[in-house]
Amino acid sequence: MTQSNGKKNINLTLKVWRQVGPNVKGRLETYQANNISTDMSFLEMLDVVNEELIINHRDPIAFDHDCREGICGMCGAVVNGRAHGPEKGTTLCQLHMRHFSDRDTVVIEPWRSRAFKIIKDLVVDRSALDVIIQAGGYISVSAGGTPDANVIPVPQEAAEKAMDAAACIGCGACVAACPNASAMLFVGAKVSHLALLPQGVPEAARRVLKMVQKMDECGFGNCTNETECEAVCPKEISITNIARLNREYIKAGFL
Amino acid sequence: MQLDSKVPGGPLSEKWDKHLFDLKLVNPANKRKFEIIVVGTGLAGGSASATLAELGYNVKTFCIQDSPRRAHSIAAQGGINAAKNYSNDGDSVWRLFYDTVKGGDYRSREANVYRLAQVSNNIIDQCVAQGVPFAREYGGLLANRSFGGAQVSRTFYARGQTGQQLLIGAYSALSRQIAAGKVKMFTRRDMLDLVLVNGKARGIVTRNLVNGNIETHAADAVVLATGGYGNTFYLSTNAMASNVSAAYSAYKKGAFFANPCYTQIHPTCIPVHGTYQSKLTLMSESLRNDGRVWVPKNPGDKRLPSQISESERDYYLENKYPSFGNLVPRDVASRNAKLQCDQGKGVGETGLAVYLDFKDAIQRDGKDVIAKKYGNLFQMYEKITADNPYETPMMIYPAVHYTMGGLWVDYNLMSTIPGLFVLGEANFSDHGANRLGASALMQGLADGYFIIPYTIGGYLAGTKLEKVSTDDAGFKATAEDVEARIKKLLSIGGKRTVDDFHRQLGNIMWEYCGMARSAKGLTKAKDLIAELRAEFWENVLVSGSGNQFNQSLEKAGHVADFIEFGKLMVLDALARKESCGGHFNEDYQTEENEAKRDDESFCHVAAWEYAGDENEPNFQKEALNFENVTLTQRSYK
Repeated sequence: MTQSNGKKNINLTLKVWRQVGPNVKGRLETYQANNISTDMSFLEMLDVVNEELIINHRDPIAFDHDCREGICGMCGAVVNGRAHGPEKGTTLCQLHMRHFSDRDTVVIEPWRSRAFKIIKDLVVDRSALDVIIQAGGYISVSAGGTPDANVIPVPQEAAEKAMDAAACIGCGACVAACPNASAMLFVGAKVSHLALLPQGVPEAARRVLKMVQKMDECGFGNCTNETECEAVCPKEISITNIARLNREYIKAGFL
Repeated sequence: MQLDSKVPGGPLSEKWDKHLFDLKLVNPANKRKFEIIVVGTGLAGGSASATLAELGYNVKTFCIQDSPRRAHSIAAQGGINAAKNYSNDGDSVWRLFYDTVKGGDYRSREANVYRLAQVSNNIIDQCVAQGVPFAREYGGLLANRSFGGAQVSRTFYARGQTGQQLLIGAYSALSRQIAAGKVKMFTRRDMLDLVLVNGKARGIVTRNLVNGNIETHAADAVVLATGGYGNTFYLSTNAMASNVSAAYSAYKKGAFFANPCYTQIHPTCIPVHGTYQSKLTLMSESLRNDGRVWVPKNPGDKRLPSQISESERDYYLENKYPSFGNLVPRDVASRNAKLQCDQGKGVGETGLAVYLDFKDAIQRDGKDVIAKKYGNLFQMYEKITADNPYETPMMIYPAVHYTMGGLWVDYNLMSTIPGLFVLGEANFSDHGANRLGASALMQGLADGYFIIPYTIGGYLAGTKLEKVSTDDAGFKATAEDVEARIKKLLSIGGKRTVDDFHRQLGNIMWEYCGMARSAKGLTKAKDLIAELRAEFWENVLVSGSGNQFNQSLEKAGHVADFIEFGKLMVLDALARKESCGGHFNEDYQTEENEAKRDDESFCHVAAWEYAGDENEPNFQKEALNFENVTLTQRSYK
């Protein structure tokens, strides 16, 4: 079994962004992470470092995390220049230390974007993403009074494509990776998810116009087809969703 | 205080309709005069917040994460049950009700479960209308799959991300109400206490996790949807922020806690592999549809699975339970995995694992079909273990996953504190001693979309509510208590970290109050927890200060509560001198090692009333009357 054969411990040098609050200057600080099992996840490695910091009466590194199984979208940091680290289609919590080598230096920084303020260290404020959803990322139905679920057949292919887009976990890695700090992949995924389903069609035009407007207001940049977002997306959301967003947006303008 | 379940009279199938008619209504124009606090934004809290706001109430919603979209319902993989009978295999509301009562080992309230089965169909309609991308057949209609504990195919799913998709549905409905100004959303808030005024729940105290401010919020009613207490075990499939503190603070304020010993150990999780491990990862139970569970026939056989021939394998679930096979309920599957490992047949480095093998399914259906059903689960497994389940069997082991116990609620989902309602995993009501797969999502959404919107109206319309403000003495005093405790935690300055204490508590709970319990072990656990609690308050080391973003302090409060709550779990387990569902006491088992219930003495809900930190809680029971199903020894053979 590869797991047991590959098992070993490694020592790393970490350079971690430390920043006490949003309006305070931050800097990279160096820490040693010693005797790290390669079976650990990246966040478990940070736990080990933090335990040592606490015992030595130093301030532990603040980082967001929750489910630790790659689905809640809470965690995320830029590791060696890449959002969520080196593995494709992986959130930071699902990145395991077996992808690092003994005596590596690992640089860990927060998401950086005008729309995401730093709260502390690696923790950023991503509420702008919620604000975009509030602008129209839903189908306006209230509880009760809905027709039987099988009244509206949805072609399997459309349902699958909608699901591909709906897999977005809202982590913000796309924004962090984009040179323009654009949220087009995030918005494209939501617009696609709902526009691909017949239930979402009645509001499609209104939805895309409002969400794009809100995205601009929140200070996210524009898409210039760098495709960095797709490369780092832990759910491998395709940039065809950005193309669909653009189509929906243009279509809405003609209505 | 005598517990009154307020179950309406009349035939089972008419109770809910009758009750809906009997409930007092709040006039539409008056709804906007009421404020409701909802704590938690998982399936129950998210759907409740959205629906109450749609009705016209003013809602204040709180969550601990940075966004209401991240609550731990999101991690549910497999699916959601409904009695649609789309598969034409003989399903019905009655069958879903019966399966759930039987699956819960006859320790749930009949009327609640029947209502759950009744509204299950509305949930699917609601979710589809919201745009939840459920799996579909080529003809465009919804697809179903089967799940443990049922012989019909009634589970709706969205790949392996059903929880995520349903939560995004509830979150989008909530977002719509936030935009409409009907819900005021408070993120990164930790509820630390409940405020009572004249004996009624009228508000909460929260800590703003960004700046450390202690805040008070007033309302006409408080709804807790704060999830389960699985993290008492330190290692569980729960998210890191999942905690019992909100529910425990309500318990300390007088809400009875029901059946705390009922914990579900999920059979298919990735095995533990190191002390640094921070959480366990579940592999959806749906995998048991196509995966076959086996161990080597000979104890201590350490060969690779590929070197063990068919005749040397024991497909123990298929052999022991021919009619349900690999699809036996969770408690049965977990206990059997433990039994095999206890006999030395466990596999992997630690010997605490069994195989879940897809070889036959891949041969039968092809790799593509299997990948379509479980692709993301296989990928997740490979990421964590570096093993490829298409080529080598998965290794799985049971882990703490769900807690059936919770705050006691009546048929209206109201606790013993007037005005305090409890939804979803945080209450105790529907799953008895064991929850069936794909039923948690169903319950969360049933409570939020289709039950609380009506029952809370009955309370508000029928109760005289005095005007309250956060300037009142009750709010100030509660906030002061909260602040004093934070000060205390920060001032101890001991030598052990919060996680270190939590890990030790987890070890105690897993060892003595886990998959197999006994009077002797539980008694020992009680002493160990008391020692741990004493040491915690003398020797814990919490870093930083109270008026800043401080994750160490956050955790410290949660762990302090987990320690006290662990004791309550142990007391409840000790008092329940029988085995049922997730509560398996080794002293009470059949010859075939199945749970042996004692319906004579224990066919009741055990409810505990707080009686001070140093005293044992008071015990109350709610007798369970089964008028519609006959209690039998559960058999899945």
